Amino acid sequence: MKYIDEYRNPALVEGLLTKIENASRQISCPVTIMEICGSHTYAIGHFGIRKLLPESIRLVSGPGCPVCVTSTRDVDIALYLAGMNNVIFATFGDMLRVPGTGSDSLQKKRAAGADIRVVSSADECIALSQSNPQKEIIMMGIGFETTAPTIAATVDNCRRKGINNFSVFSVHKIVPPAIHALIADPLLKIDAFLCPGHVSTMIGSAAYQMIPDAGCAAVITGFEPVDILEGIWMIMEQIVSGRKEVAIQYSRGVKPEGNTKAMNFLQSIFRVADAEWRGLGTIPASGLVFRKEYEAFDTLTKFPVPDIKSTEIKGCGCGDILRGIKAPQDCPLFKKICTPMNPVGPCMVSSEGTCSTHYKYY
Amino acid sequence: MCIGFPGIIISIDKDNYAIIDISGTRREVCLDIVDEPVDVGDYVISHAGYAIHKIDVATAQEKLNFLQELIDNEIY
Repeated sequence: MKYIDEYRNPALVEGLLTKIENASRQISCPVTIMEICGSHTYAIGHFGIRKLLPESIRLVSGPGCPVCVTSTRDVDIALYLAGMNNVIFATFGDMLRVPGTGSDSLQKKRAAGADIRVVSSADECIALSQSNPQKEIIMMGIGFETTAPTIAATVDNCRRKGINNFSVFSVHKIVPPAIHALIADPLLKIDAFLCPGHVSTMIGSAAYQMIPDAGCAAVITGFEPVDILEGIWMIMEQIVSGRKEVAIQYSRGVKPEGNTKAMNFLQSIFRVADAEWRGLGTIPASGLVFRKEYEAFDTLTKFPVPDIKSTEIKGCGCGDILRGIKAPQDCPLFKKICTPMNPVGPCMVSSEGTCSTHYKYY
Repeated sequence: MCIGFPGIIISIDKDNYAIIDISGTRREVCLDIVDEPVDVGDYVISHAGYAIHKIDVATAQEKLNFLQELIDNEIY
């Protein structure tokens, strides 16, 4: 597989590990590196990266899984919308089993008769809307800056095609404000961030400048073993030299300026607003809501949602795990009553959730 | 969730959708938000049904050459 196999080359992996070990000997303190991308969390577990590293390097997972950081309240609203009459509710598959209040989920709603369709692209909603003119198609707009422009492009396409039975329930979130919150968290002591690859494809590197400004290293990293180890080596080099900056390891996927075309789509349709993150609480200017000109595609404008009393799941440690202050093994439910077959919290649902990854690989 | 895969463009239709081949698996992706003009034979990274980045072949090769050189010469 071109652009994949080359980055799984054992000789390069061994060489990079030697470099990382040599760099770690030059540093007296342990180094804590946080990844803030679910695909990194998955890849680090899948490729056994933790076990390859020197003991002095600790990898912790942050709030990088969009499904996991969706608040219980937003899940409850999705459940309400999916249960309305005459609605086809479209969602990415990751969201199906995420529990809301009382452990209800879209999967359970579907089993009870709701018309819930799993799509792998928002673009599929165009055909769904056209072939079901008598129904309202609602797409759960979930994801970070990688996914939000694809939803924005679909909305723009629907507007051009004159489709008026399609809307998006936007719970999109943006990554830099969450990093701000993590840096400011007194309980967290992070030395460096492995910055997300495909979010950065869209937003570029300048958006992370607050990381070196706070004295931490930052490297935008790809998803194969060679990528991740080179990213860690580049972090170690920054720590050894004392020169902190936002570096790009994933140069085949990220330009410093990002994808301005996609970001223009995003910004023309959405504006930033405060958003509630599971585990992190409300973070100012960290969510995306519709601009006035596109409100016709905003599910929440189209369909008023009643007050829903949301309650968090008792005993679930997802909140602290998402902040990186607890490991899944610290949660009393982990591997006991919370398993991938019977997930209690969202981090056990998605394959890139921290708990699911730890269940499978550690 | 931000998963993306590199694939080669096999064809492009009049509505700006491409068929890409990811190691034998073919998918249709929309080209509306890809960052640069693309053509058949180009490699793109795609996410959720949309091509999001054209891979610069020279940049990718340069990086691999750099790593291989470091390893070959044991410049650790």
